Amino acid sequence: MPASLVDIAECGPRNEQASGRDRSPLLAVGIAGIGTWTRGAPDWPSLRALLRGEAGWREDAPARPAAGILPSGERRRAPDSVLLAAEIAGQACAAAGREPSSLPCVFASTHGELAITDYMCATLATAPHELSPTKFHNSVHNAPAGYWTIAAQCTAGSSAVTGYHASFGAGLLEAAALAVADDTPVLFAAYDIASSGPLAEMTRTTRAFGVALVLVPGDGALPQLAIAASSPGASVTAAPGCVADLANDNPLDAHALAFLNALAGAGARLTLPAASGLMLDMEIRT
Amino acid sequence: MSKRIPPLAVTAYSATSALGRGVAAQAQALRAKQGGLRANDFSSAPLECFIGRVAGVEDAPLPQAFAHWECRNNRLAWLGLSQDGLPAAIGRVVARHGAQRVALVLGTSTASIGASEEAYRRLEAGQFPEDLRRPAIHTPHSLTAFVAEATGIAGPALTISTACSSSAKVFASAERLIRLGLADAALVGGVDTLCDSVLFGFNALELVSRQPCRPFDEQRNGISIGEAAAFALLERVDAAPMAPRLVGYGESSDAHHMSTPHPQARGARAALDDALARAGLAAEQVDYINLHGTATVKNDEMEALLLPRFSQDARASSTKGFTGHTLGAAGALEAVFALLAIEQDFIPPNLNCGQPIEGADEWIEREPKEQRVDFALSNSFGFGGNNACLAFARAEAA
Repeated sequence: MPASLVDIAECGPRNEQASGRDRSPLLAVGIAGIGTWTRGAPDWPSLRALLRGEAGWREDAPARPAAGILPSGERRRAPDSVLLAAEIAGQACAAAGREPSSLPCVFASTHGELAITDYMCATLATAPHELSPTKFHNSVHNAPAGYWTIAAQCTAGSSAVTGYHASFGAGLLEAAALAVADDTPVLFAAYDIASSGPLAEMTRTTRAFGVALVLVPGDGALPQLAIAASSPGASVTAAPGCVADLANDNPLDAHALAFLNALAGAGARLTLPAASGLMLDMEIRT
Repeated sequence: MSKRIPPLAVTAYSATSALGRGVAAQAQALRAKQGGLRANDFSSAPLECFIGRVAGVEDAPLPQAFAHWECRNNRLAWLGLSQDGLPAAIGRVVARHGAQRVALVLGTSTASIGASEEAYRRLEAGQFPEDLRRPAIHTPHSLTAFVAEATGIAGPALTISTACSSSAKVFASAERLIRLGLADAALVGGVDTLCDSVLFGFNALELVSRQPCRPFDEQRNGISIGEAAAFALLERVDAAPMAPRLVGYGESSDAHHMSTPHPQARGARAALDDALARAGLAAEQVDYINLHGTATVKNDEMEALLLPRFSQDARASSTKGFTGHTLGAAGALEAVFALLAIEQDFIPPNLNCGQPIEGADEWIEREPKEQRVDFALSNSFGFGGNNACLAFARAEAA
């Protein structure tokens, strides 16, 4: 067995001309709607005010996302990740004034439905034949995408992705590429819920947070987002201090908050990872 | 209606499943009608069913340099990546374009959750045991992060996890990245391994057969779960003008139910239409359809509704009687079967089907058959009503 799978040295000299020149084109999309949810800031106006230093955390805010698009029966039974994703996606579509039924969607989450993963592993270790069938089908990474498409009667393509600690950038790249490649508005949602049980020590996320964007192709609409590949050494843009607790909880939260901070202000350039070896330059004009 | 896409060359591909390691082993078993299912000897507690288990994964540890990625799923990924000249082909594209210009898009439904399950079985004072205290394997991106490190690919790296359509959708994602110039080549694929979650999970849904699964048989009564690793390298056509091509893909959502397909095949039909439109292909031109064909009562009944779209000369089969349902790896595994059909002018038979369901018998091919295949499709449908259809073509026909 070789020590390394791919011995690049054996494959001839690296083509420096091809690899060295910056051929990374811009992806340009408009942001037609924004939705966010976390405890204490249950929508984008609340979080934006917080990021602008105009308001604090809302003590009276609900502990669970309202997820109004889900039928009431589903809402009572739905796992936390489904409620969170449905809430932010619903907010973003409403803000964009877009019917969700025809919007292709990309749902990104670092770990998926952590509470059900904990339940599954614990049950399988003790009484595997008692596993709940509903929890099993709700454990798939695309459960929020599935419930969303059913509730929104969305028959367009839907995806569920992860890029571990680069999940926000990786998912945003996937969604923006889809919008430009197919010349269509795309719903993008990125979220993680709190982990529980013994798994929590491995996943280290303690608060539910999510952001959704309706992306429209082209460079007409404002706010405008332009994405290009950056050099691997570029440093990641930090989230502002006023949301440091939330940002420290999980890299997806940190990257999303840095991004939202630019949207809350007068725009900015920022650098966020889309993979362990790939940094993206993002320019936001508001 | 989707616009036609520029085709991509599939310059290398491989599959490892219960049928063996590499494409030749798959082809040999398909031609010999030699299925790979065996009585379940995997789950941590007894469960009467048949499984498609890859032999020898237990005896194939990762090299020491990758020991931090140890788990069954990454072992199977490594085994799969080691076949059919993939290392040299990946090295060639990385050398040619630069590691950052190569994308990695992989599909999996459960990744290395088997390692998390094991940790829960071996908790020490409520905590994961020392050897499993590795956060990077207890998360669904484990597979892609490992393959990125093992291959040196440093471009966009994404895990798609949409249950059983996961590794079909990777082809679509990679095509977009290459078309937009965000990458010059892409390694796509899927890996899923047997684990308690899927064995007991599908069992709880009463979707697991006690016998080897019988796709499209009147008496079918559920799936057999399998495991597989399958990969394909996608490049622009000028890199390999004679290589078989990805010519189209379709993606759709049922908007119907979390674990049951739309009874009139609304989403499946939309994915098929999308794939044909992107390929600039009429249904009548398709020679072979690798069906999703899970052998559940509802999937096969639904999928059979699509068959009258095709010419009566077209042949269709589900290969899940050979490999089991490899879940998040099924899209890529069955894409390899479609490519194999084109490259070898060979129709993989539909195993374990005594009496095909009414309306499907004109198309279901139950015997290995030599027949020219210019255009081949592969269907993949997942939980959440998540549908994908891939279209491949012989270079001369595309």
